[in-house]
Parts: sequence; structure tokens; C-alpha cells
Amino acid sequence: MPAPTYLIRSASVLGQETADILLEDGKIAAMGPHLEAPGAQVIEAQGLIALPGLVDLHTHLRQPGYEASETVETGSQAAALGGYTAVFAMANSKPVADSAAVVEQVHALGLDSGWVKVQPIGAVTKDLAGQQLADLGEMAASKAQVRVFSDDGMCVWDPAIMRRALEYVKTFDGVIAQHAQEPRLTEGAQMNEGKVSAELGLTGWPAVAEESIIARDVLLADHVGSRLHICHLSTKGSVEILRWAKERGIEVTAEVTPHHLLLTDELVRSYDPVYKVNPPLRTEEDVLALRQAVADGIIDIIGTDHAPHPAESKDCEWACAANGMTGLEQALSIIQMTLVETGYIGWADVARIMSFKPAEIGLASDQGRPLAVGEPANLVLLDPTARRTIVPADQATKGKNNPYRGMEVPGAVKATFYAGHPTVLDGALNSPRREG
Amino acid sequence: MKHLLDTKELSLADALNLLDTADYMAGVGQGDLLKLPHLQGKTVVNLFFEDSTRTRLSFEAAEKRLSADIINFAAKGSSVSKGESLKDTIQTLAAIKADAVVIRHSASGAPQRLAEAGWIDLPVLNAGDGTHAHPTQALLDAMTLRQFKAQRDRVETRGLTLEGLRVAIVGDILHSRVARSNLWLLNTLGAQVKLVAPPTLLPRYTDSWPAEIYHNLDEALESGVDAVMMLRIQKERMQAAFFPSAEEFTRFWGLTPERFAYLNSLNHETAVLHPGPMNRGLEICSQAADSPRSWVLRQVSNGVAVRMAALYLLMTGGSSQDFYPAA
Ligand SMILES: [Zn+2]
Repeated sequence: MPAPTYLIRSASVLGQETADILLEDGKIAAMGPHLEAPGAQVIEAQGLIALPGLVDLHTHLRQPGYEASETVETGSQAAALGGYTAVFAMANSKPVADSAAVVEQVHALGLDSGWVKVQPIGAVTKDLAGQQLADLGEMAASKAQVRVFSDDGMCVWDPAIMRRALEYVKTFDGVIAQHAQEPRLTEGAQMNEGKVSAELGLTGWPAVAEESIIARDVLLADHVGSRLHICHLSTKGSVEILRWAKERGIEVTAEVTPHHLLLTDELVRSYDPVYKVNPPLRTEEDVLALRQAVADGIIDIIGTDHAPHPAESKDCEWACAANGMTGLEQALSIIQMTLVETGYIGWADVARIMSFKPAEIGLASDQGRPLAVGEPANLVLLDPTARRTIVPADQATKGKNNPYRGMEVPGAVKATFYAGHPTVLDGALNSPRREG
Repeated sequence: MKHLLDTKELSLADALNLLDTADYMAGVGQGDLLKLPHLQGKTVVNLFFEDSTRTRLSFEAAEKRLSADIINFAAKGSSVSKGESLKDTIQTLAAIKADAVVIRHSASGAPQRLAEAGWIDLPVLNAGDGTHAHPTQALLDAMTLRQFKAQRDRVETRGLTLEGLRVAIVGDILHSRVARSNLWLLNTLGAQVKLVAPPTLLPRYTDSWPAEIYHNLDEALESGVDAVMMLRIQKERMQAAFFPSAEEFTRFWGLTPERFAYLNSLNHETAVLHPGPMNRGLEICSQAADSPRSWVLRQVSNGVAVRMAALYLLMTGGSSQDFYPAA
């Protein structure tokens, strides 16, 4: 039986000209006005925007080890619903993804699920302990073909280890994704250090703890001539350091999360742990600087830092709650709200920061490709006029720790095609893609 | 007033209502009036997740003088390391019987969670949370300062604000829930607050705080104060480099015999307060602690009265008018 073909009618490509798009054999077979394709299933996309399938360089899928929080299956379903066709799974599972065996396990789980491409990230150091390099080469050479390495959740704080890691991964054009957090400056830290923390009596997480590591690491990357990626930039000062580094020609890229583009530490006044996240929510001034930095190209990509947790990890007092919030199923809406509707960027930029560039950083060659004939048929259809209320209970992710609950947001993903297969249709999960 | 979580949201009317009620309560347990019947048949749960014999005894005395039944629950440390969560603990106790919850917790914000998370629907009284708030301590301090002002100016305490009073709060402001709660309450009552500490023991961002900040205790005293409130300093703080040594702390930030002599030499009264327990010889000298200017023991007895007032107002929905019939 031949694989079904799909004819998407009258989609606005990257929010610009309207075209029909024919998907056949996992590729874009034709694009243009008024295509005819007898036998193809027709998807009416009048008024919808077609974007390349989104790529998340920063997802916590929690498997193996924390299946109560999320599994590869539920996390990749959430991703598909959010318009993603690829996610990079962070290494802080149990056991930690610091060996070929674990990354191959995650990779295999991703293939079994089939909702999105699941690309494992490898740990930089064994057990994220920051002391001894993980099996970097073994993971790169494994079936998972790891190219992005991160101790995310922990900072590679030791400058000598960081330097060696940056150098070593050049062997296979890898990149170190740093969670920038000076550990001594953030002992016991609970929230952004500022006027709100002063009142609430919660130990502060100062901006300088992020900025000092970023400053050190861009200098290290410059010194050894390596690629460096900075996870979840959260402060205005970090933007300034990045701007300087890029002007100097240092090969550094940076990411911001949707929540750091919208939410501020004022929310912590509720002491509701749904707002507890690392790095913490910052100030309005930081939020605006981060938005501008995306517009200026100082920040390269959006990474969700999707971090699901079981209910009990948040249904407690602030100090004992886990860090993290879910992100995949409304990332595109939050970006539309904070960057597009505010005039900072257009839809073509959304394609760049949520698809092209993250795929390029992570060397996911079949992802983040232009919407053009002959390219892989990874794309998402978005209704930008839709308005919807976020209801965590209705989401596919196991994590209900969603800071946007009850909020009305713009935009709804209507369909997601992963290698020509509709994982999402009519805004709901359709079916996973099966190989061959 | 549904809960008493902090002093920040108390209006001047709320604060005076609490203090006027407390003034009446101060007479209960003395003379013929041994206890009041107002909380008969009601149960107060004392939930202490942090060691504090003094505060717990003060609350228990207050509850007994209002004829309440008492359930005490003590768990050292927070619920983080233990098996049972705060949510399960409180729901269990509420299921036994509870009409109000008094909570002491090492985690800032725990009382607010208890009040707002939807776990229970009971009045919550904060008996001190982390480094956030300690409203009954601030109220007893305000009650004491009001007594000081009334005595000095030969007026009645009832209805009195702290207008014109200059109060220096000295020591570890950063880690002090007492300082935070006093800051808001004393301002609401019209006092002028001066915070005195090395920069390491102040939050980095205090621009929006209604207080003058001093890094030099002598300057603060010379600027004119009517009361000094010395905070307890934990010696362990020096291990984390907040200050070099206990000796240096005393020399620069302590109420030493020399500084106390200076206050005595002035031609106006200066009250000395300390929330206790005192580190004699560290943040306060014995001469000051034991002098007639010391209001430390009055603070302790006032503690029972303000806790009675808070419990009464929260649990009965009454007001100070109940005890002071309109003229
Ligand atoms: Zn991180």
C-alpha cells in the first residue's frame, strides 16, 4: 500500500504568500498555487500559517527513571501537539545519559513512539557531577549520534573541565550547552534576587551568578575556538555579554524560554511553586531585554525547558517544591503573544528561532529545513487567529505544572506533519509515524 | 481579617483593632479575670515545624486564656525530608478537628500556602515563617512601643499610633522575619524605621523599603532614636562570611556598655527591645538587657496578649469594640 499523500491547500507560508503544499513520500513534492493531486487527502489551510516543524533544543522527557513525571511517549505527544517535529532530550534522567547505552535507549524509545524525532543530549560529565568527562565520544559514535552535550540542571562550574569539554567535542563538531549558574553564588537560592525576594524572605538567585559563568565561558570558547551554546538566558546582563561576544566573533549561540519572555518574579508573591523554575523568573526589565535580544538576533533560539513534574512536587511549600514548568504545548502561543503580536519579530523569524536555528545548532540535518520542494515534509499549520484558554488537565504531557493555566493565549496548532505523516490533525493527536 | 499571615497587608484600622484588643487581653489572667470563655468548644491546632518553645508556650497560654481546646503537632525540620507532606499533615489534623491553625515553619511562605492552596478552609495564624514574617512578634513589639510612648507622654494606649516614634532595628536584617514584619507594621502605625546592619546582613535590594538604612550603629543612634530593637545574631553566620568574627560584630553592631551609656546620657528616654532569646555579650550587653530601660520582659507578657487578640479576632470575627463599649 503506498503511503498516503497530503495536499495542504492555501496555507500562508511563513505568514507570507499563499500556496498549496503537496506532501509525498515524506518530502515536499510540490508547492505552488492550485496544485492538483488526485487521491491525495486534502487539508484545507485557508487562513493558517505553515511553518517548518518546530525543533526544541531543550526538553526534559524524564525517561528513563522519572516516568511518573513524563515518558518519551507522553512528552513527544505533547511536542507534536505544540507543533514540534523534533525534540532534544536533556541528559538528567536516572541513570544519567552519560553513556552510549542510555542515549541509545532514549533514542530507541523515540523511534518506537514516532510522534517526533527524539534526539538525545549527552551529559558533559559523569552523573552530572562536574568532575569527570562523560563518555562523549562513545555517545557521539552511538546509534543516537549525540552532538549536543549538557549537564543541564547543573552547571559545568569547574573552568578546567569546561575548557576540556569544549575542546574535546570539536572531534565530532559537538557543542556544549551550558546551564549557567555559579553554584556558590546560588546556594539555597529560591528565586530571583531582587526587591521581591527581599520582601518574601526567599534566598536570592542573583543575575551575576548566570552572567559570570557566561562571561567565563564565552572567553573559554574564544580561547579554544569551540562552539558554545548557552541554555535559557534569563537576565539583561547576560544579553549584554552575549552581544559583546558575538561582536567579537565568538562562536556562541543562546536560547531563551517562553516563560522568561512573559512571566516575572512578581508572581512569586503567591508562593505558588508553579512559578518556581531554574533559572528563576526575573524582572520586567529583564523580560523586555530578552525580547529585544531575540529581535536583534543576540538570542538565537527558543528552547522550552519543558520540565514536567508530578503533582506532589508542586503541591507543597515553596522551599521543598521542584524547579520547572511545562512548556511544549503552548510555546508557539507564548512566542506569538510576546514576540509576534508585540511587533518584535515576524513569522519568518519564528521559523528561524524555533526551527532552522535550533536544528542547525544541534546538527539535526533532516530537521529545520526550509519549506521548499524536495525538503523533508516537517511542518506545522497554525491558526494565528485562534484564542484558547490553557487547561493543564487537557494536555498530553503528564506534567500539570503549567504556569499559564487559565490564561487565554493566541494561536492554535491545527496540524503537525512529521516526515510527511500527520501526527496532529484538527488540533488533536492523530497517529505516530511508523518507519517504512 | 480571614488570616494573619504578615503585617504588610494590615491597615491602620486593623492594626489598632488588634492592639486595642490586646490591651484588654493583657488584663486577662490577672486579678479575678482568669480566663475568657470566647473560644470554648473551639479547637486550635498548633503546627510547629520548627523548634520554638517560647513562641509555642506563648500561643498555648493565649489559647488557654480564651478557653480553647488545643492540639499540638510538632515536627522538627520541615516536611521536606520527612515522609508526610504539609498538605497531608494539615488535612489529617483538620479531619480530627480544627477551627484555626497556628503555624510555625522554616520555609518562607508556608503559612500563605496553607491559607491559599485550597487544602483547608480555616483561619491561619502565622507564628513565624522562614525569613519572611512573624506578625505576632511585630504586634507585640508595637504593643510594647505603644506602652512606652503612652508612659512617656502620659496618655492612654488605646487608639494610640506610633506617630513620631523613631525606631532603630539593629543586626541581621537579611535573615530576620521579625525585622520584616516590624518594618511594615511600624510604618503603618506612623513610626519612622531605621535599619542598621552591615551590607552583608541586609537584602541587596531595599530601595522600596520604607526605612532609612544605616551601616554604622553610632551614626544611627546619633541621628536620634526613641527605641532600639536588637536582633538575635546567629554565630554560624560568620562561617558563611557575613561578618568576620563575633568580637567584630559586637564592636560594630552590638549594644555595648559604651553605647548604652551614650543612650543614658541623652536627655530623652530610649527603650531597649529584643525579641529573644538574647545572646548576652554579643548583640546586647547585660547592662542594657537588665536596665530599667529594657522592655524585654514586657515584650514576653505582651506576646500572650497579642496572640489572644489575634485568635479572638480571627476566630470570632469580633472587634475591640466588644471590650470597650461605645461611650
Ligand atoms: Zn537548565
